[in-house]
Amino acid sequence: MTKLAAATRSLVVEREMPHPREKIWRALTQGPLIEEWLMKNDFQPVVGHRFNFRATPMPHWNGVTDCQVLVVEPNERLSYSWNASGEEAAGGLKTVVTWTLTPTKGGVLVRMEQSGFRPEDEAGYQGASYGWQRFVGGLERVAAGLD
Amino acid sequence: MQAAPDDLFKTLADPTRRAIFERLVRDGEQTVRALTDRAGVSQPAVSKHLGVLKLAGLVRDRPEGRSVRYSAEPQGLAPLIDWMSLYGAFWRDRFDRLETLLDRMDQ
Repeated sequence: MTKLAAATRSLVVEREMPHPREKIWRALTQGPLIEEWLMKNDFQPVVGHRFNFRATPMPHWNGVTDCQVLVVEPNERLSYSWNASGEEAAGGLKTVVTWTLTPTKGGVLVRMEQSGFRPEDEAGYQGASYGWQRFVGGLERVAAGLD
Repeated sequence: MQAAPDDLFKTLADPTRRAIFERLVRDGEQTVRALTDRAGVSQPAVSKHLGVLKLAGLVRDRPEGRSVRYSAEPQGLAPLIDWMSLYGAFWRDRFDRLETLLDRMDQ
């Protein structure tokens, strides 16, 4: 373990899904299918391929994520970098997203790990607009408890 | 200077004030008059809300001719933004959408 690695944190989201592994793999690796659940993209399941995820730009967030395919092990593991882009690249997020599909009794355990969050990313300046819409939902509850 | 999270929450706890801030984030710079037209409260009330937002570092003003134009400073939200929890919510939402897609797909 290097000091750098120790200083970063990972986010893991996993869920068992009652579907064949091959089908889930297609949803994770075919551009038009990825767009249906994640974002517009020019993904190709080829190691080394550079691509973008594109969301609607907002003030202070260009909406573009810079990615490169790192690992393609069909039906098992998929990994790509997930970085801030353009002018926001320098101080922005530099993370890696890894998908792992593990067969279970009832289907497949789909695991997503996003690694590489640095302490300074915890209060990120870029993308604050991006967070706003999602964030506002929980705000009222928190605010209600303050008075 | 950065506002403390508690102050930010209090500033944004008011629905009218939050709506004004959201409009500035979404639609960009505008005048008090333009904001008042859509806020459903009086111009002095909107001005007062803008003052509070400015104090919290969430809004910036810029004189132009005889009017003042206001714009959002979303960076002011930084003390509240935690990328880990933000992406946590993001991915859980996308997992839901992935499952919906899988239900629709053929084998």
